[in-house]
Amino acid sequence: MNNKKKQILWNIAYVLVVVGIGYFIYISSSKVNYIWRWKNVPSFIVYKAHEDIESPVKGIVEDYKNKTVYIKTLDGKIKTIKVEHPEVKKGDVVDTTDEIGYNESYKSGPLLVGLYMTLKISFLAIIAAIIIGLITGLMRISSNPLLKNLAITYIELIRGTPLLVQIFIFYFFIGTVFHLDRLVAGVGALAVFEGAYIAEIIRAGIQSIDKGQREAAISLGMNYYQLMRYIIMPQAIKRTLPATAGQFISLIKDSSLVSVISITDLTKAGREIITSTFSPFEIWFTVAAMYLILTYTLSLFTQYLERRMAKGE
Amino acid sequence: MNSIIEIKNVYKTYPNGIEALKDINLEIDKGEVVVVIGASGSGKSTLLRTINQLEIVDKGQIIVDGVDVTNPKTKLTTIRSEIGMVFQHFNLFPHLTVLDNVTLAQIIVKKRNKKEAEDIAMSLLTKVGIADKSDVYPTQLSGGQQQRVAIARALAMKPKIMLFDEATSALDPEMVGEVLDVMKSLAKEGMTMVVVTHEMGFAKEVSDRIVFMDYGKIVETGTPDTIFTSAKSERLRQFLSQIL
Repeated sequence: MNNKKKQILWNIAYVLVVVGIGYFIYISSSKVNYIWRWKNVPSFIVYKAHEDIESPVKGIVEDYKNKTVYIKTLDGKIKTIKVEHPEVKKGDVVDTTDEIGYNESYKSGPLLVGLYMTLKISFLAIIAAIIIGLITGLMRISSNPLLKNLAITYIELIRGTPLLVQIFIFYFFIGTVFHLDRLVAGVGALAVFEGAYIAEIIRAGIQSIDKGQREAAISLGMNYYQLMRYIIMPQAIKRTLPATAGQFISLIKDSSLVSVISITDLTKAGREIITSTFSPFEIWFTVAAMYLILTYTLSLFTQYLERRMAKGE
Repeated sequence: MNSIIEIKNVYKTYPNGIEALKDINLEIDKGEVVVVIGASGSGKSTLLRTINQLEIVDKGQIIVDGVDVTNPKTKLTTIRSEIGMVFQHFNLFPHLTVLDNVTLAQIIVKKRNKKEAEDIAMSLLTKVGIADKSDVYPTQLSGGQQQRVAIARALAMKPKIMLFDEATSALDPEMVGEVLDVMKSLAKEGMTMVVVTHEMGFAKEVSDRIVFMDYGKIVETGTPDTIFTSAKSERLRQFLSQIL
């Protein structure tokens, strides 16, 4: 009981500290001469598009119902035009290209478009990184020196150089030689980079499986593929799930670096908005929050998977 | 020629320099139960594991059911599926249920259909007295139960030979009996068995022949009677006096 009280006390302390830090940030930001314009921010995520509708014909407005304007042309035909907000009345005479009203619709703002690009790049890179990591991880533990050394060279090269530099090399060198689209170069650089880390995770996972599992499987007559597919990998993947998920979260965050080769991902979208609005604080906070939503969702999903998989044992 | 296993002039040295097997020669007949005894480190487990080539030999020849398993060109998966093996630490697949443990290799190696594999699995699980646990995962079973599942898993492949590598050594004393009982009934059915064990009672009661190994060599072989009552070598008498 006493212990429980202590826990509550410390949790209250936690809330106070967080609020305190928030207050400190607020105070310090109010000291700089900066005008906060939070109310503009939502429009960069979703905005209401205004589309003027022009009359395609010359004629007289006959009627308006069901969000449709009926125009009677000079030769007596009825022309129907969808308009949600008409600005003409019954009996008005309209000429071609005269404005008869406008439509409104919700459109994705640049940040949401950028978020979609970040998701797309990350998703493609994760798939490719899994394939690269799986193959390299298996090569890494192979007894064949060619495969093993190739894998080690790749892993060491990639892990020993910065991702930013790799993206430049991928785009400016490999991209130029093979005429790669910037998106392909970006996804490729990310996949090659994260693949090296996933290879090491997979290697560690496979090596952590008791050697008796291998012996039991091959003594039953399984070949290498069957051993890996049915015995080793299911156990290794389960064991490495937390580390792999961490790597995927890293990948989503690292994907912000592809903005340097002019891919309009979430980060680049943020930068572009800032050049026109001069509201860097709000935009960067919003961009950070959007990344956090992505990574936290992935983190929750992994926790769910772990719990579900843990039931087996 | 009735022998199903022929081991000829086999040598094996581990990378750390330990000579595990030195000039081993042994023939085992069909239906014979051979128990290999010896102190730990005498090479008895290594010898057993060379029969299905879990250990690759350096020199010599091993022929199992007419197939030279020491020939690098031999496709080992086929012959291995015909040699059942039971390990000291069971080595059940922890991510699969008991039933799946017994059916998996039947389906993917022997290409039996699921229904057939499950029927065989259930009849074997019944035989080893564990049919009611077919849906649980191995970690929920006791050691003795796990080992009986492991025996059923090996038997499901319809092997011609069964190898037991200290199958009862990792068990709590009260569970040794249940596993030995399964092994005894197998022996009675005429299964060819090679058993590495410290259970001298089992060796006396069930085996047709006992092989005593010491420092990588076969020192003496004989029927249980001759081994236990009139051992020729001093080393064997010493070993028996320590263990009995």
